[in-house]
Amino acid sequence: MENINTPIELTKNSAFRALKDKAFLWGVIIVSIITISPIVLIIGKLVWKGVSQINLSFFTEITPSTFEAMTAVASGEVIPGGIVNGILGTFLIVFLSAIIAIPVGILIGLFLFENQGKRYANLIRSLSDILQGVPSIVLGLIAYLWVVKNVTQGYSALAGSVALAIMMLPLIIRSTEETMKMIPGTLKEAGLALGVPYYKVILKVLIPSGISGLSTGILLAISRILGETAPLMLTTLGNPMINWDVTAPTSAVPLLIWDFYNDPNMVDLIWSSSLFLMGFVLTLNIISKRIAAKQ
Amino acid sequence: MKSDTITKYVLLLSSLVILLVSAGMIFSLLGDAIPVFEKFGWRFIISTDWNPTEGRESYGALPFIAGTLSTSLLALIICLPMAFSTALFIAEYFKKSSFSTVLSSMVDLLAGVPSIVYGLWGFYTLRPFIVSLGLDSQGYGIFTSGLILAIMIIPYATSLSAEIIAMVPNELKEAAYALGATRMEVIFNVILPNARSGIIASFILAFGRALGETMAVTMLIGNANIIPTGLFSTGNSMASVIANQFGEADGLKMSALIAIGLLLFVITGIVNAIGKLVIKKLS
Repeated sequence: MENINTPIELTKNSAFRALKDKAFLWGVIIVSIITISPIVLIIGKLVWKGVSQINLSFFTEITPSTFEAMTAVASGEVIPGGIVNGILGTFLIVFLSAIIAIPVGILIGLFLFENQGKRYANLIRSLSDILQGVPSIVLGLIAYLWVVKNVTQGYSALAGSVALAIMMLPLIIRSTEETMKMIPGTLKEAGLALGVPYYKVILKVLIPSGISGLSTGILLAISRILGETAPLMLTTLGNPMINWDVTAPTSAVPLLIWDFYNDPNMVDLIWSSSLFLMGFVLTLNIISKRIAAKQ
Repeated sequence: MKSDTITKYVLLLSSLVILLVSAGMIFSLLGDAIPVFEKFGWRFIISTDWNPTEGRESYGALPFIAGTLSTSLLALIICLPMAFSTALFIAEYFKKSSFSTVLSSMVDLLAGVPSIVYGLWGFYTLRPFIVSLGLDSQGYGIFTSGLILAIMIIPYATSLSAEIIAMVPNELKEAAYALGATRMEVIFNVILPNARSGIIASFILAFGRALGETMAVTMLIGNANIIPTGLFSTGNSMASVIANQFGEADGLKMSALIAIGLLLFVITGIVNAIGKLVIKKLS
């Protein structure tokens, strides 16, 4: 009897297994779609709420005072003014951090590439990995202690740049080393065999042949720091005016979003500013992916 | 020849920057945290009393440590099934199809959203949604923060897990298929055991990310200096208390905030080191 029953059991069982398999597949598909739905919802909300606020003055005028915003809201008009102080401040702060972090990061990346497997290089690599994991607010505290308290004697764009530069550094080191590893060793050897000094090999062979990898890393690092708010709250503070002095408090787009969020009169401006910031970050992301794909 | 030696030294010198920055960070944080540790000793970590009133100052970081750990753990729990499914979608079920390209670039976009935008979205969309579900009357607290943190760390967990899952040798999977295994059985009996430590590492690193997130949590956790009592209780995390109270801080309070920063630095450092160790064992 058992011999007859077993095959029937098996077919039943395998039908159940097939069903379970299908159910799991659909489970995975549904959960995956739920997982990515926030990005659609977030971008949708920003565009829907933000587009109406964006006009020319948004990019050319400084932030309105609370009173101006209140009168505009009370009479049902669009809030006047723009966020140009934030845009230029972000530009200044990011530019400064890039100037600090890019050259140093590339040099350290080259150092790690040249000293593969050595103990000291492994230590530097591990420390750089640890730096990458440090929360951005802690970097803000550090920049406050180092620059705000000791160098500029007050909140400053420079302090914010130092915090963001420490954030960029590990990313650039990592991408430089990975890029250098991809360049065929024969290229470097050909240069050295011709008697070219090593610094010239770096400048004329290694960096030009790795330029797309390097710029991908740099753009990704910049897009990572563009939206940082917490470290800037502790270092650059904010400024209602356009400021080009690196030792003075400076505004930035994410800081303005935080100010608008906390000011009931200006709260309408959060969406347009966030839309602008998001658009900027995503554009950089897409450009860097394009460069990487071209390679 | 001489210029080569100089180049070598320039590279070596640049590597010192990393040493100096790392050592300087620990040194500065420790130096400025000492006053509060001198005054309160271990009580700083185990006390729940946070009172900046002059004359009766008392600082205990336990509520914030509890807030950080509970929100991050909740985020990890929510993130687990979601990131795992998405990684399977990208690296197994729809490997190399345009579905998986679209999905993985959307996951990348999630990673690019600034923390403050997550905070706004959480405040204006997620919070009212939680209120309308009747889960909580205000919508602030551990649950909302954990949920937004989960969305923020999903990209990190997903992309690393997907990479590891894609690395499982085809021969192993084919052997299981040849024995009559279904796809689901292959996933649980072949892929998971092979990719286990890599997947665990990716979740540890994602957890490390959640610990230090500031803005989104600050906007959603409710900023109450108490130990959270339940899923919908308000609280405060280590990062958000620094962000909230830094502006008006000086003296002992500043030292207390810096000490919290030091604790956060140490905790994330340990979590990340564990994650990196698991990865290193793998390769």
